[in-house]
Amino acid sequence: MTLLTVENLTVAFPGRRGTVNAIEDVTLSVSPGEILGMVGESGAGKSMTGAAIIGLIEPPGGITQGEIRLEGDRIDNLRPEAMRRIRGRKIGAIFQDPLTSLNPVLTVGEQLIETIQTHLKLSKADARERAIDWLRRVGIPAPEARIDTYPHQYSGGMRQRVVIALALCAEPRLVIADEPTTALDVSVQAQIIALLRRLARETGVAVILVTHDMGVIAETADRVAVMYAGRIVEVGSVAEVLTAPKHPYTSGLMASIPRIGPRPDVLAQIEGAMPRPNARPEGCAFAPRCPHKMDICLQQRPKLEGSEEKSVACHLIEEVSV
Amino acid sequence: MSTPLLNVTGLKKSFDLSQPFLNRLFSGDERKFVHAVDGVDFSIERGTTLSLVGESGCGKSTVAKLLMGLTHPSDGNMRFDGNELAGMSAGDPPDVRRRMQMIFQDPFASLNPRWRVARIIAEPMKSFGTHPDPSERRKEVDRLLEFVGLSAADGEKFPHEFSGGQRQRISIARAISTKPEFLVCDEPTSALDVSVQAQILNLMRELQRELGLTYLFITHDLAVVNYISDYIGVMYLGRLVELAPAEQIFAAPQHPYTRLLLETVPDITMAHRDMERPAGEVPNPITPPMGCHFNPRCPLATDRCRTEKPEFLPYGSSRVRCHAVQEGRADQAVLREDL
Repeated sequence: MTLLTVENLTVAFPGRRGTVNAIEDVTLSVSPGEILGMVGESGAGKSMTGAAIIGLIEPPGGITQGEIRLEGDRIDNLRPEAMRRIRGRKIGAIFQDPLTSLNPVLTVGEQLIETIQTHLKLSKADARERAIDWLRRVGIPAPEARIDTYPHQYSGGMRQRVVIALALCAEPRLVIADEPTTALDVSVQAQIIALLRRLARETGVAVILVTHDMGVIAETADRVAVMYAGRIVEVGSVAEVLTAPKHPYTSGLMASIPRIGPRPDVLAQIEGAMPRPNARPEGCAFAPRCPHKMDICLQQRPKLEGSEEKSVACHLIEEVSV
Repeated sequence: MSTPLLNVTGLKKSFDLSQPFLNRLFSGDERKFVHAVDGVDFSIERGTTLSLVGESGCGKSTVAKLLMGLTHPSDGNMRFDGNELAGMSAGDPPDVRRRMQMIFQDPFASLNPRWRVARIIAEPMKSFGTHPDPSERRKEVDRLLEFVGLSAADGEKFPHEFSGGQRQRISIARAISTKPEFLVCDEPTSALDVSVQAQILNLMRELQRELGLTYLFITHDLAVVNYISDYIGVMYLGRLVELAPAEQIFAAPQHPYTRLLLETVPDITMAHRDMERPAGEVPNPITPPMGCHFNPRCPLATDRCRTEKPEFLPYGSSRVRCHAVQEGRADQAVLREDL
């Protein structure tokens, strides 16, 4: 049973010269306990997909096509009050910068207790117990004492642990984690990645992990969706996509990542840059940079096709399989 | 071995964070200092790349600023091709400063948004007087634009018309416009997407080969370091803890902190390692731990590490600041298990 399904989702923003689609025709699904990585360059639409799922697209932008279902029920057309009850209770969020996600004038405990009491019918004392328990679970030492301190008294890594506790304390089914380790140093990033994985395993919460870092995806995610210019170009299990990428963008991206190990003379590079949302070409958006482009690529958008295990949006694949 | 192009010895920079005098008088607080750079020694041979790596707050960017004269050292020496830079300001002496240029991290903040690209690139040539004739200068700008992979027509555009990677190419063109020998690159690819990062790294290696440039490269990304460096210096809380040829850092890291860094880098080939064990975070630099700064996080720490500052001593072809390594306690197999 899938927990979340997104079908043919398009999010558009009105601009001076017509509407601009931030994401187009995005289809994906997430099962309980699964960590789905969303990877892509800045502007590829990965954060926008997360924001659409949690209902946080800023007007005048909005969903113009497609639907989002959580446990079978549509959540893309809910009224703001109804969506607010889902946010936090069923879908939690972790953002990039732990300092700005926390309220600086409330203690960590007040923020946790408020969140718990908003969503669960618990007395203040019970909510406090639960808050302390969550601080312990995310690895805050001496939680009984730390609960009454303010966010600025925590280090960057500890703050991100608090943000994770806040996202999970009402026991949501799904968490959207948008670049949760980007603001952290590598040694702390490793701790946060391991924590997310452990919590997903223990609580059965599904995670959509949005990041630009393939390394983080490799260490954390079960499946990965690669986005380019507002569309998913390849989706599949991490092992499949990272070791045997099918889309020319994914394989170019994998080759261009510098690695630790034998040093190449020249790094493989993809020429050019991703088109802006208002200047995407007619056919496949990657065609201008693609070493394998064909005539059809310039005219027709390739569809995302394949199996549960792995789907690719590329005319090259259709050619081969047909 | 020739004499190094740059030689840095005992470099220190501390920032005074004390309350104003009167406040201190009433509250009884002591003066507070952050030792951002706390006695750093290194040298760079002509035509090679030294990378400084470390986590935020380790002082690597402060070293860059000290070299460029953007801030002044509290103590120590920096000799560039025989010329002492300590005590000199950003533009002085001009004949030496012309030979040293810098590339900054954020290509959105480091280019003046109101100037056309041609004027941005021509500015250093103008201020150092390398091309006094305006038409000569313009010709040189066009050549530089093409050299870094843009076109001469791009000189008439404004920075906002370019993507991040293209802007970084403009920064590079500006940096090499005065024909420098030495470039300080402070996280030049951190703000870029990976597919663009590869373009810029390749361009920088090509420039080094063609122009014989010497780089000081500052980054937190060990994989980038592996691609670009000849030597690597690992910094922790203002001190160099290990300085070694690049291959050696990756093949046989000595200092426990270097090993921790290498263990924790997310790697696309090492899926789903169990990684919750490297404990702790970088401590507050205002009150660094006594003795070796790394001792609270170090699996090999002893009483000596907690009280006595380790010296930066040669170890094989590298230099390491660690009691455990110097006492021969840092056996690799044991440490990996502990981490």
